[in-house]
Amino acid sequence: MRNRQATQLIFELSQPGTGEEYIPAVNFTEDDIRSFLPAEELATELPPLPEVSEPVLIRHFINLSQQNMSVDTHCYPLGSCTMKYNPKRNDRLAQLPGFQNIHPYQPVETIQGLLKVLYSLQEMLAEIAGMDAVTLQPAAGAHGELTALLIAAAYFRHRGEHRNTVLIPDVAHGTNPASAAMAGFRTVEVKSNAHGLVDLDDLQSKLNHQTAVFMITNPNTLGLFETQIRGIAEMVHGVGGLVYMDGANMNAMMGIVRPGDCGADMMHFNPHKTFSGPHGGGGPGAGPVAVKKDLADFLPVPVIVEKAPGQFALDEDRPLSIGKVRSFYGNIGVLLRTYAYIRTQGAEGLHRVSQRAVLNANYLLSQLRNIIPVPHGSRCLHEFVASALKIKTSRGVSAMDIAKRLLDYGFHAPTVYFPLIVKEALMIEPTETESKATLDALVEALRLIMQEPPELVREAPHTTAISRPDEVQAARKPILKWTPSADGSNG
Amino acid sequence: MAYLPQTEEEVRAMLAAIGVPDIDSLFASIPSDVRLNRPLQLPPALTELELTQHLEEVASQNQGTHQFTCFLGGGAYDHFIPAVVDFVASRSEFYTSYTPYQPEVSQGNLQVFFEYQTLITQLTGMDVSNASLYDGASALAEAVLMALGSQPGRRRVIVPENVHPEYRTVLATYLRYTSAEIVLVPTPKGIVEPEALSQALDAGSVACVILQQPNFFGCVESAGRISEITHQAGAILIAVVDPISLGMLRRPGDYGADIVVAEGQPLGLPMAWGGPYLGILACRETFLRRLPGRLVGQTVDRRGNRCWVLTLQTREQHIRREKATSNICTNQGLMALRATVYLAAMGPGGLRRVAEACLQKAHRLYRQLIEKTGLKPLFSAPFFKEFALQANSADEVVELLEGAQHEGFFAGLPLGRWYPQYADALLIAVTEKRTEQGMDHLVETLSNLRRRG
Repeated sequence: MRNRQATQLIFELSQPGTGEEYIPAVNFTEDDIRSFLPAEELATELPPLPEVSEPVLIRHFINLSQQNMSVDTHCYPLGSCTMKYNPKRNDRLAQLPGFQNIHPYQPVETIQGLLKVLYSLQEMLAEIAGMDAVTLQPAAGAHGELTALLIAAAYFRHRGEHRNTVLIPDVAHGTNPASAAMAGFRTVEVKSNAHGLVDLDDLQSKLNHQTAVFMITNPNTLGLFETQIRGIAEMVHGVGGLVYMDGANMNAMMGIVRPGDCGADMMHFNPHKTFSGPHGGGGPGAGPVAVKKDLADFLPVPVIVEKAPGQFALDEDRPLSIGKVRSFYGNIGVLLRTYAYIRTQGAEGLHRVSQRAVLNANYLLSQLRNIIPVPHGSRCLHEFVASALKIKTSRGVSAMDIAKRLLDYGFHAPTVYFPLIVKEALMIEPTETESKATLDALVEALRLIMQEPPELVREAPHTTAISRPDEVQAARKPILKWTPSADGSNG
Repeated sequence: MAYLPQTEEEVRAMLAAIGVPDIDSLFASIPSDVRLNRPLQLPPALTELELTQHLEEVASQNQGTHQFTCFLGGGAYDHFIPAVVDFVASRSEFYTSYTPYQPEVSQGNLQVFFEYQTLITQLTGMDVSNASLYDGASALAEAVLMALGSQPGRRRVIVPENVHPEYRTVLATYLRYTSAEIVLVPTPKGIVEPEALSQALDAGSVACVILQQPNFFGCVESAGRISEITHQAGAILIAVVDPISLGMLRRPGDYGADIVVAEGQPLGLPMAWGGPYLGILACRETFLRRLPGRLVGQTVDRRGNRCWVLTLQTREQHIRREKATSNICTNQGLMALRATVYLAAMGPGGLRRVAEACLQKAHRLYRQLIEKTGLKPLFSAPFFKEFALQANSADEVVELLEGAQHEGFFAGLPLGRWYPQYADALLIAVTEKRTEQGMDHLVETLSNLRRRG
């Protein structure tokens, strides 16, 4: 059924002379062009782009689309990524001409509707966060982390304090230490205790007057709520530091706990996770940052303000601002979907979303823990981490093998080998939008896989068009683009 | 609520299987002193019909380029988007998937990103492209970090004043807590003057020179000359380009740029008030290990089939943590898909046609505005699709823009917003979508306004 011709590279499908004409030609000679532009700045030949007719182009890309698993076609329990269903109304509404056809430098009086929505979104996010002010500018979660850390750096500099250290638990996402390094901080890792929570003694020993920020993901990447959070915040504040909460896992907490009420001073949201923005094959996301009052003056410019009731403006005149972290104002398309999602759910709906996400994860945990060990307890919030260590030792089947075999059963794999503190980790997050029947089918698939002959599992997947690509070769001799000479050697 | 698939009966069965009496028990680990003991204060929930009516009403309070004729540019442009771009990007197998961690079930995305990387190298003449970054401005900041990282002894970054002001602000934000120093080079003639650049390029301290081509004022720079001067000083040349201009202008790889960044919005992305957009970043092979973001490479599977995977991941945050080349995690996958479809649809001839239409229409409008309205060119340098004109005063700029808006035009950007010295000037961008009739009407409108004023 797979159309191998259509999934050749677009360059291999190129037929000079078959390109479509999408716009009218202008009557122009080389001399005309040279009268406008100096000859030495003109290209001597056209970029060697492919030329394909529209039917060839469409068949190519539609066949490629069918080479993907996606939330709309498969259960996608990829831990930490919150692959929930993306309501179609949000897509339709974000694409209204009154939102799509807006130039970023239009006069503010022509974009009052948009500003009203974004202002209202800021207020809703501040309420969900338990914080005072919000910027919508960051383009992704990691970008939000960087923004918040730059805010912290500016805050301390403004106060004349020299603090150069960011403390990060060992279970954190890699973006946390990478963002801290980009904002000019030194990072220090804080250990987890046997329960998967922050080791308070270790934290205490690393807190001092150099501590700028303690970054914590709560619930953490094991799907556990950091029960000591209030005490941790007091310890960090006690040495004059700030608490940053990575909001990657907000899907477990909406309307139940607010980071601001736990003592966090800043946080970011991942609207593409929590608020159902489609993941787009890896972006665009967004990374709004919420902060407490003392940090509000440092937010990136411009800030959307309500000048008079119902009259919105962009405030650029904020002398303490960190500046800008990207051009223009943010990933508006993602933010509009966020607004649409929150407005459809309301307070009760968001609360129920978190309840059902946690219910689904715990149900799956209760059914799976007898099949694959889950080292950190019998309960979780939105996700949990199983370990394939036992079957790896006894039968030579790794977490990756199990993940690959799940693809044959029609499920996307969980996140594997993360967090780093769990050996042979399988991080599973079903989200609230999977039915009980789907969860039961996932359990059944894993039960069968655990009983299958190891060599069958080790060679999985068997039903996909390709299986176990050679990643070592890809990295050793990188081929990062198509070139005419490499054409079709084994396609 | 139809959004949630569990029935009440199933919820009870699941709770029983877990062994708890109710859902609240699942949250027992959360201490009571941090819990929110009231409902969130949010506006009441809306059904799909109510939400649709609400957002249609809100959207109608915006006046977009479907109602106004747009001559605004400054890094975002009203180019034509072929239907195939929207159609392919609306395939939910693309837009509801995620980063291709499992290559066996992500070959669609991986191949698209491989094609994207190839198309970007074809367009720019560079050796390698990553699979995209957030936008043009943050891509520039990442490029500068690459340049600084590759030359530890050199800490100065030369930034001409005619580089997009917001890109300069973003760069300053990214560099604030590093040891790098930004050196601003004035561009009183609109373009980078070789002598001014030579002066700034003193002995051995400059890591990189940024050249925007065409620059923020729309002017076309002497890129080859700038490249030569930069390289003579041992510095790296980072070119910031408008991808549409590459249907006509020399490719940065052909004049010696070491790293190229671009805002990919003109390649089939809606303007959408500034985002989501697409950060293009390509470079010479020597900088490969310093590239931020995802990279897709070709390989073979265990049966010998050609296929694609994420590769060289040891550069990235999930492996290297604080030592990664960048903190970036996701790319702008869906936007890279749009650019891929756009470039494949347009092909070399189509891209050329768009570039020619922009050039011809921009020059037609320029000539007529100067002849018939008395506005003066701010600079005399050659330009591509965007140009700056000078009025009598900052007040007149405001009057002209407001008057034109009254007649259905977004006529231009007041330059005083970023350049106090050019407060009496406006920046006008012309794309292939502008018609002769529309442009004539703008000329007439501005000329009437000037006569009346």
